[in-house]
Amino acid sequence: MSDLTRLSAAQLAEKLTSREISAVETVQAHLDRIGEVDPAINAFLHVNTDEALRVASEVDKERSLGDAMHPLAGVPIAVKDLIVTKGQPTTAGSKILEGWHSPYDATVVRRLRDAKMPILGKTNLDEFAMGSSTEHSAYGPTRNPWDLERIPGGSGGGSAAAVAAFEAPLALGTDTGGSIRQPGAVTGTVGVKPTYGGVSRYGAIAMASSLDQIGPVTRTVLDSAMLHEVIGGHDPHDSTSLTDPVGALVEAARNADVKGMRIGVIKELQGEGYQEGVQARFNEALDLLRQAGADVVEVSCPNFKYALGAYYLIMPSEASSNLAKYDGVRFGLRVVPDGAPTIERVMGATRAAGFGDEVKRRIILGTYALSAGYYDAYYGSAQKVRTLIQRDFDAAFTQADVLISPTAPTTAFKLGEKLDDPLAMYLNDVATIPANMAGVPGISVPGGLSDGLPVGIQFLAPARQDARLYRAGAALETLLENTWGGPLLAQAPEIAGVK
Amino acid sequence: MTAETAEILSFEEAMEKFDPVLGFEVHVELNTRTKMFSSAPNAFGDTPNTNVTPVDLGLPGVLPVINRVAVESSIKIGLALNCKIAERCHFARKNYFYPDTPKNFQTSQYDEPIAYDGSIDIELADGTVFTIEIERAHMEEDAGKLTHMGGSTGRIQGAEFSLVDYNRAGVPLVEIVTKPIVGAGERAPELAKAYVAAIREIVKNLGVSDARMERGNVRCDANVSLKPKGQEKFGTRTETKNVNSLRAVEHAVRYEIQRHAAVLDAGGTITQETRHWHEDTRSTTAGRPKSDADDYRYFPEPDLVPVVTDDAWIEKLRSELPEPPAARRKRLQADWGYSDAEFRDVVNAGVMDSIEETVAAGVKPATARKWWMGEISRRAKVADLEPAELGVTPALIVELQGLIDSGKINDKLSREVLDGVLAGEGTPTEVVAQRGLEVVSDDGALLEAIDGALAAQPDVADKIRGGKLQAVGAIVGGVMKATRGQADAGRVRQLILERLGVEG
Repeated sequence: MSDLTRLSAAQLAEKLTSREISAVETVQAHLDRIGEVDPAINAFLHVNTDEALRVASEVDKERSLGDAMHPLAGVPIAVKDLIVTKGQPTTAGSKILEGWHSPYDATVVRRLRDAKMPILGKTNLDEFAMGSSTEHSAYGPTRNPWDLERIPGGSGGGSAAAVAAFEAPLALGTDTGGSIRQPGAVTGTVGVKPTYGGVSRYGAIAMASSLDQIGPVTRTVLDSAMLHEVIGGHDPHDSTSLTDPVGALVEAARNADVKGMRIGVIKELQGEGYQEGVQARFNEALDLLRQAGADVVEVSCPNFKYALGAYYLIMPSEASSNLAKYDGVRFGLRVVPDGAPTIERVMGATRAAGFGDEVKRRIILGTYALSAGYYDAYYGSAQKVRTLIQRDFDAAFTQADVLISPTAPTTAFKLGEKLDDPLAMYLNDVATIPANMAGVPGISVPGGLSDGLPVGIQFLAPARQDARLYRAGAALETLLENTWGGPLLAQAPEIAGVK
Repeated sequence: MTAETAEILSFEEAMEKFDPVLGFEVHVELNTRTKMFSSAPNAFGDTPNTNVTPVDLGLPGVLPVINRVAVESSIKIGLALNCKIAERCHFARKNYFYPDTPKNFQTSQYDEPIAYDGSIDIELADGTVFTIEIERAHMEEDAGKLTHMGGSTGRIQGAEFSLVDYNRAGVPLVEIVTKPIVGAGERAPELAKAYVAAIREIVKNLGVSDARMERGNVRCDANVSLKPKGQEKFGTRTETKNVNSLRAVEHAVRYEIQRHAAVLDAGGTITQETRHWHEDTRSTTAGRPKSDADDYRYFPEPDLVPVVTDDAWIEKLRSELPEPPAARRKRLQADWGYSDAEFRDVVNAGVMDSIEETVAAGVKPATARKWWMGEISRRAKVADLEPAELGVTPALIVELQGLIDSGKINDKLSREVLDGVLAGEGTPTEVVAQRGLEVVSDDGALLEAIDGALAAQPDVADKIRGGKLQAVGAIVGGVMKATRGQADAGRVRQLILERLGVEG
């Protein structure tokens, strides 16, 4: 394995800027690593070899001319295949978009290109980001680098696994109910869901518009902050995008100190339903934070217990409408049934063949929840719960600067274990969903191992206070790495089957 | 006529038995530079699928952004219809699958329209005024356009395939919805036409729409129901879709009243449904059944933030509103001193604006009317043009009338001068000189002609001497003939009387 793939984005940036290493060798090292391990991991749906190398060689040329460049210029990145990219396929993990090429770049992709960050390829996901294990991808599951028999989380399992397996130093994910943070937790990586509106959604294929948010997937908190600063900030193409400047996130990550910080432990997001090992790592993290001078208090968010139920009404409702456009008329798969088909039959056959079971399940749920006579009871009630969750957060943030909980109730489960039990699968997101419902930002940082599998610790902050996540997250990262004697991923086993 | 044609009752009989209740949904396409939610051009008649962005095609990942100008145009329409303007309103998604709708939902306002609770006074031809209550005016986006190929009718039935053009998809629309209109009675068809005409005039006057019905800029869905005389409860309504000319609105409402009346009179029931208007047969046929429970699964559009208005913005827009057409007409009629009949003729002839400009140029209102309703309208008719399209400018009329007032030409000659000007022979003065049209003002020459005429008709001369002054006309006629019309008839008459020693 090349040493370059073991470096963080911040370290690569430094060496690239000083021209100690070239962007081409950096990209090539990662492409080689992908070639080596991805047959076992299946993190990538598409590898963008030629373009990534071309961009890298441009970076090297411009640097050699002494041009001022973005610090991350030449640092490669993987992009979740829910985010559209010109010149590469975008599938959303679905057969219905197989072979489709977007004629436009997502705003975040445009910003990566502006920073001259070579895009290594597109990463695997649950179809249309619907799932917690990446098993619902139409292109086969991604495997957890810590144990190839286990899931890498979802929906962004591909991005998390790629970063955990050193195939990419950075990746982009999307988080609707935990799809960045939960994969981060179970792969021992860092994942951030920014404040709703903090990163443009333009070009992120919508699942649930009021919940979706693009964010960084990395191996260190500092790397997430650096990437967040690249992709964040107002975008006139997204009406829900905040006009605030993105903020000094890198500075916050470098100022890793929790002394005097009030950290609220969410009473409702621990205990019953949380694996023993997860709870143990969580409690140890709290001890470390206390020792470092944090003021750890308990807060109660009584309405969080309704979050999962409300989420499974709002998310499918919006998804049922967002996914209506996949009808075979303008793009993507078109299935023409025998006989003299009407447009209704073409649409029906296309959707029947193109969508997987989980997608169909959510479309049906959402269609039902929005239908006349049920709207008030389902969608309407769910929106009220959302307001209550918002109020719980408001109250909690009067007592604490940031909140803390385990990111996911369990470590990575085995492939196939929950595939036939959607409700058990949905429970994986119980701790991550409240942040999406209220639009507040969250980060998952590695919290240690339980039976050899990573555990994630989640911090949540008030809306627009993403900087607090980086400060608290980086502080905990430092405290824990001191106890481990290095990054958690250094303890990951070599990927089986790789010679 | 096809077999689909329904039985109808005569309009008179229908009116004896039933009271009609009307309701209108008028869609107005705004003439913004770009579309409602994208930067694609809002233009008519371009090559199909060229005025589109990824947003208009509903490609994966796209997001809408509200067009501020479209919101301002909608507020202006609301203000012109005396509506309240919402302080805060949002868009919703109306979900249904149809290939002309790229996202398979329409982004539209649902429970929170930008404008609501308005009213508009509609004046009928005889001056009767009906007040029509406006329930709401809301913003939405237009659909694309389907063209059905391979069939003989151009309709979807029998077509082999259909083509879709998304140039129109996303064009901003304002839908203006009335409250039920009761009490129009036999004036219902006339009121229907007048209402749509008024909406078209208002949006055109505001400058927010091209308002060309033949291009679909203004489209009317007409709801009709009947209730037996004396009954309070409304009957079942039908909605005749896309009635796209003023004349068709009148005919469609009349037809539906007659059709409903026949069904109800025979003891039948009206099916709540949409109807299609057929201009060729001047009748409607059944469309799809429509019930109040149509399930569009509306929910608030999560990709858009609410539209928030404030007083300063609304007042600024209000201050930009042009004078309402009805108020302007009232003011002009009073200023000009025209009778109701005269003014109505002016309006119907489409020369009100021209007269206003001509009066502003210094011509007396009565004179301006005489020109525009007379010679100019006549020439326009011959040329198959609108009077204003003939190229007659207020300055031209000022000059022509000046030549008449100074006695240089008379009315009859002025027509020839106008012809010369319109033929491009120059200004009125130049035409007079070139064609030699100036009146004979040399009394010597006139007296010679008068003497000739008197000599030719000695019996008439005697009658005049005998006090029969009305006989003077015959001698004047003779003089005019001799001078080829180039004499001032008043002066001629005066000279004849002087010549014969008769007191005028």
